[in-house]
Amino acid sequence: MGRFHRHEDGTVHQHHPADAAHHQHEAGDHSGYGTGAERVQVLEAIFSENDRHAAANRDEFDAAGVRVVNLMSSPGAGKTLLLRETLRQLSGGLRIGVLEGDIETSLDADRLEGFGAAVALVNTGQGFGGECHLDAPMVRSALSRLPLAELDLLLVENVGNLVCPAEFTVGEHARAMVYAITEGEEKPLKYPVMFRSVDIVLINKIDLLPHLDFDLDQFRRNLAAVNPGVTTVELSARTGSGVRHWCDWLTATAATATTATAPSGAGPATDTRR
Amino acid sequence: MIVTDRSTIAASGCDTNGRLAVHELSICASMADIVRRHADGRRVLSVQVRVGQLRQVVPEALSFCWTAVNQQTPLMDTTLDIEYIPGEIECGACQGRQVLADPFLCCPSCGSTDVSVVAGEEFLITSIDLADPGEATEG
Repeated sequence: MGRFHRHEDGTVHQHHPADAAHHQHEAGDHSGYGTGAERVQVLEAIFSENDRHAAANRDEFDAAGVRVVNLMSSPGAGKTLLLRETLRQLSGGLRIGVLEGDIETSLDADRLEGFGAAVALVNTGQGFGGECHLDAPMVRSALSRLPLAELDLLLVENVGNLVCPAEFTVGEHARAMVYAITEGEEKPLKYPVMFRSVDIVLINKIDLLPHLDFDLDQFRRNLAAVNPGVTTVELSARTGSGVRHWCDWLTATAATATTATAPSGAGPATDTRR
Repeated sequence: MIVTDRSTIAASGCDTNGRLAVHELSICASMADIVRRHADGRRVLSVQVRVGQLRQVVPEALSFCWTAVNQQTPLMDTTLDIEYIPGEIECGACQGRQVLADPFLCCPSCGSTDVSVVAGEEFLITSIDLADPGEATEG
């Protein structure tokens, strides 16, 4: 069988000379390397680097006693307006910080001023290729700008996108998604990774229901197909209706800060609210 | 389309309307980091990747971005071998194991949603093929 060796960083490889000998006649021009080609077993998760940073973030959150919720959605679903309403309804109660991810601007962060929350902005534009999500190192770089130890709850407003943020954990305790009924019923089927990764789906713009052809029951069936049993809240960030239920969920989430750390995605157990 | 640098792809954006390339672009950058770490300075002939169907990763986009990310680097001639793993569930109601045609978490036999995923969430580099140790990379 193969042979192991250990690198300075502690990584262990297993070498399979037989595999390599087989492979060297398949790939490319191998003239001149004799029998030296070999297959090295790696077995490393592609998000492992991000996950390591996320674990470090999580340790820092837990040490500070702050619960962190990663808020995701497509662009225009109403995350920022919902955050405004959330901060307004929870002001005077929970001590809240907001970490605001935006590709280039401070527009969203500016909209959150004046609600007594500590807001830190992360522009992702300087990331690799203009990142379309927050990753754990980006969040880490912004933590020094927030008074973590003085907070009960940190809300991370991710970049508006239904693909990338689902794959990059930032060390959060729970994941929430804002979905607007103007997006159509089929979104959970088109973006199952995102819909499957969240603990709560906030069904926003519900005040528009009488004006749309939107089939709420069909949406719920589609959602159940990818994430059976997920908590849902129907609300309108614009009118404020239903936001209280989301605030109750956040309050319950923040209250679990002193308990042992739960694996990613473990929100409080709440009933589905209509 | 000929991509000449990273910014060309980045400019195409990554929005919710389509499966554009930036997602795979940042993934490929992470993959290149892992490969370099394990290659220890040796030339890498190919990289074996295992991708589950329940991941939102499009193999064609992954190959495309791998080439783009590694231009003008020692990994520019390294090929990507992608092994695609279908989603598979185990049903808590009928106890059956089923390969999924779609990424929907319900049992194709009995329709129950009491299912657990047993395959299809993989996303890892399984191995790399290295050239002769005597042949160092330029980078």
